[in-house]
Amino acid sequence: MSTTTSRALPSGARPAPRSSILVATSAVAAAGTMLMFGMLGMWFKFRDASPLRESARGKMIHDWLPSEIKVPEVATNTMAFTMVIACVMAQWAVYSTRRNDSSHATMALAVTAFIGIAAINAQVAVYMQMGMGLTDGPYQTMFYAVTGTMLALLVTGVAFSIVTMFRAVAGRLGDSSVMSAHALYWYFLTAVFVALWFVVYVQK
Amino acid sequence: MSTVNSTVTAGHAPASSALGTVANWITTTDHKKIGRLFVGASALWMLNIVGVGIALGIERIAPDTAIFNSNSVTQLFAMLRTGATFGVLLPLALGFGIAVVPTQVGSKSLSFARLAMFGFYAWLIGSGLVIGSIIANGGPSGGNAQMVDLYLMGVGVGVVGVIAASVSLLTTVLTSRQTGLSLLEIPMFSWSVFVAAISIVLTLPVLLGSLIYVAVDHHYGRLVFGGNEGIDMWLGWGFSQPQTFLYVIPAIGLLAELAPVAARIRQPLRGAMLVGVGLVSTAIFGSVTQTPHVFVWGGSLSDKLKSAIPYAWFNLLPVLGVVVVTLLALLAIQKGTTRLIAPLVPTFLGVGMIVVGMAGNAVQKIESAKLTGSVFEEAAVTYIAYGAMLCAWGAISYFGPALWGRKIPDASVIGIGALGLFATVLASAPYYFAKDQVAGVVSDFDYSGPQTLFNTVVSAGHVLMALCLLGAIATSIKSLSSGETVSADVWSDQ
Repeated sequence: MSTTTSRALPSGARPAPRSSILVATSAVAAAGTMLMFGMLGMWFKFRDASPLRESARGKMIHDWLPSEIKVPEVATNTMAFTMVIACVMAQWAVYSTRRNDSSHATMALAVTAFIGIAAINAQVAVYMQMGMGLTDGPYQTMFYAVTGTMLALLVTGVAFSIVTMFRAVAGRLGDSSVMSAHALYWYFLTAVFVALWFVVYVQK
Repeated sequence: MSTVNSTVTAGHAPASSALGTVANWITTTDHKKIGRLFVGASALWMLNIVGVGIALGIERIAPDTAIFNSNSVTQLFAMLRTGATFGVLLPLALGFGIAVVPTQVGSKSLSFARLAMFGFYAWLIGSGLVIGSIIANGGPSGGNAQMVDLYLMGVGVGVVGVIAASVSLLTTVLTSRQTGLSLLEIPMFSWSVFVAAISIVLTLPVLLGSLIYVAVDHHYGRLVFGGNEGIDMWLGWGFSQPQTFLYVIPAIGLLAELAPVAARIRQPLRGAMLVGVGLVSTAIFGSVTQTPHVFVWGGSLSDKLKSAIPYAWFNLLPVLGVVVVTLLALLAIQKGTTRLIAPLVPTFLGVGMIVVGMAGNAVQKIESAKLTGSVFEEAAVTYIAYGAMLCAWGAISYFGPALWGRKIPDASVIGIGALGLFATVLASAPYYFAKDQVAGVVSDFDYSGPQTLFNTVVSAGHVLMALCLLGAIATSIKSLSSGETVSADVWSDQ
C-alpha cells in the first residue's frame, strides 16, 4: 500500500479561485479605499497648513473649521453607527444564502439598501443643517468634495444591494459569492465612512 | 426574377455585412478585439504627440519668429504631456494585456469583458474631451475656464475607464487561470500586466481624488487649488515620473518573455525575474506621496541619510528592477542556443530607451544637478514614451500571429525598430545636454549650446519617429490583410 502511494503521481496544484465577482469587488474596494484615503490625506495637508488660533478652551488649534460652522454631531454619529449596522445586515444576507433561505436573504438585502438610503438622507440633512455654501471658503469646498464622493460611493452600494436583492427574489441563491461580494463592498463602505467620520466630523 | 433577387441580395449583403462588422466590434466582448481597440486608438494618440513634438521642435528652432501664440504653446506642452501618458502608455499597456493575457493564462475569455469594454469607451470619451478641451485652450494653465472644466472631466472619465479595464485584467489573472497553473508559473508578460494592473488600481484612484478636489474647486470657487494654474501642481504627478514607470511595466515584462524564447531555454533564475518586474512597481510609493523625493547633499550625516533613503527608495528601486530584468534576459541569451527573433530587437532597444529615461529621472531628482524644471525632464518623458512605443512594435510583431493569424516580415520589424531607436535618441538626447534650459518655453532658449542645431536635431527625431509610426501602421495593416499566414499552432515558431 505504501509502495503504491509512493509511486503515485503527486496531486495537482490547487485550482485557481473561481469567485471572479468577489475578486473584482475586492479590487474595486481597494481602489475606493485609495480614492477616499487619498482625499483624506489632502484634507490633512490643508488642515495642517491652516494658521493657528486660540480655541475657546485656550488651546492652540488650526484655524480650519470656520467658527460659525457647527457640525451636527448627532446626525453624523448616527450615520456612522448606521453604517456598522449595514454590515451586519449584509452578513446576514450571506448567512441566509448559505442556508438557502431566500426570504431572509431578501429581507436582509432590503434592510441593507434601506440603511444605505437612510445614510444618504442623513448626509443631505447634514448639508442642510450646516447650511454653508460650496464657495464660502477652502473648508467648505473641500468638505463638499470629500463628502460628495462618499455620497456617490454610498449610491453605488445601494444600487448593488437592490440588484442583489432582485437576484435573491428571483431565487438565484446558488452563487453565494455575489452575496459575499456585496457584503465585502459594504464592509469597505463602512470602513471608509468611519475614517471620514473620524477625520471630518470628529477631529474636524 | 431570380436575377433581381440575387442582385438585391448582392447589393445589400456587403452593407449589411459591413454594418454587422461594425456592430460586432463596438459591442464586442472578445478580449482580442477589445485589446486591439485600445491599441488602435492609442496609435492615433501616438500620431498626435509625435505631431506636437514636431511642431514644438520647429517653433524652437527659430525663437525670434513665433508660429504659435503663447496660449497655443502652453496647450501644446499640455497635449504632449497628457498624450504621452494618458493617450499612449496606459492604453498600450492595457490593450496588449487585454488581448494577450487571457490566452496566456488559458482562459477562453476576459473576466468582466463588458467592464473592460466600458473601460475602453470611458477612456475613449475621456480622450476626446481632453483633446477637444486642449485645442480650445482648456488644458492645464489654459485661458478658457469652461474648457478647463471639460479637460478635468475628460481626464476623470478616462481614469475611471483605465481603472475599470485594470480591474477586469487583474481579475482574469487571479480567477481564470487554467487549473494547475499557479500565479508564479504564468508567462512573464502576463505577470507584468498583472503587476501593472494592481499598480494602476492602487495609484490612479489617488489621482482621481485629487482631480475631484481640483475640479470642484475650479468650477465653483477657485479658492484652494490655484485655479487653472494649479492643475499641474496637483495632478502633474500622474503624468510624470515615477508614475510613468508603472505604465511601462508590461514593456519590461515583454523583454522578460522574449529573451528565453530567443534563447530556447527556460529562464534561469525565474524567481528573480518575477521579483525584478515587481520591483518596478515600487514606484507606487513615489507616486501616491505626490512629492518629488529630491536628494540633497548637505547638512549632517543624519540629514543626508534622511534625504538619501527616500530618494533611493522612490527613484532608484524601480530602475534596479529594470536592470535586474535586463541582466537576467542577457543571462538567458548567453546561456541558451540563441537565435535572433525579430520582435526581440525593438523590444530590447525600447527597454534600453526606457532605462535611459528612468536613469534621467534619478539624476534629475539630485538637487545639486539643478535639473528640476528644465528640458531635461521633457527628454526623460520622451525617452520613456518613445521607448514604450518601440516595445509596442515588438509586441505587435510577437503577438500579432496569435491575434490575427498572419506574420509581420522580420525585415520590417527590425528595420522600423532600429530606425525608431535612432529617432528616439535624436528626439531626446539633445535636451539631456541642454540641461540649463527652462522647460515649457519656446522663445527663451538660453543655454550654453548650439541652440539651432539641438532643436533641429530634436525636430528631425520627431519627424523620423512619425515616419516609423506610419511605417509600423502600414506594415501592420498590410500584414493583417495579406501577410504570410501562420500554422495552426501560432506559438510553434516561438
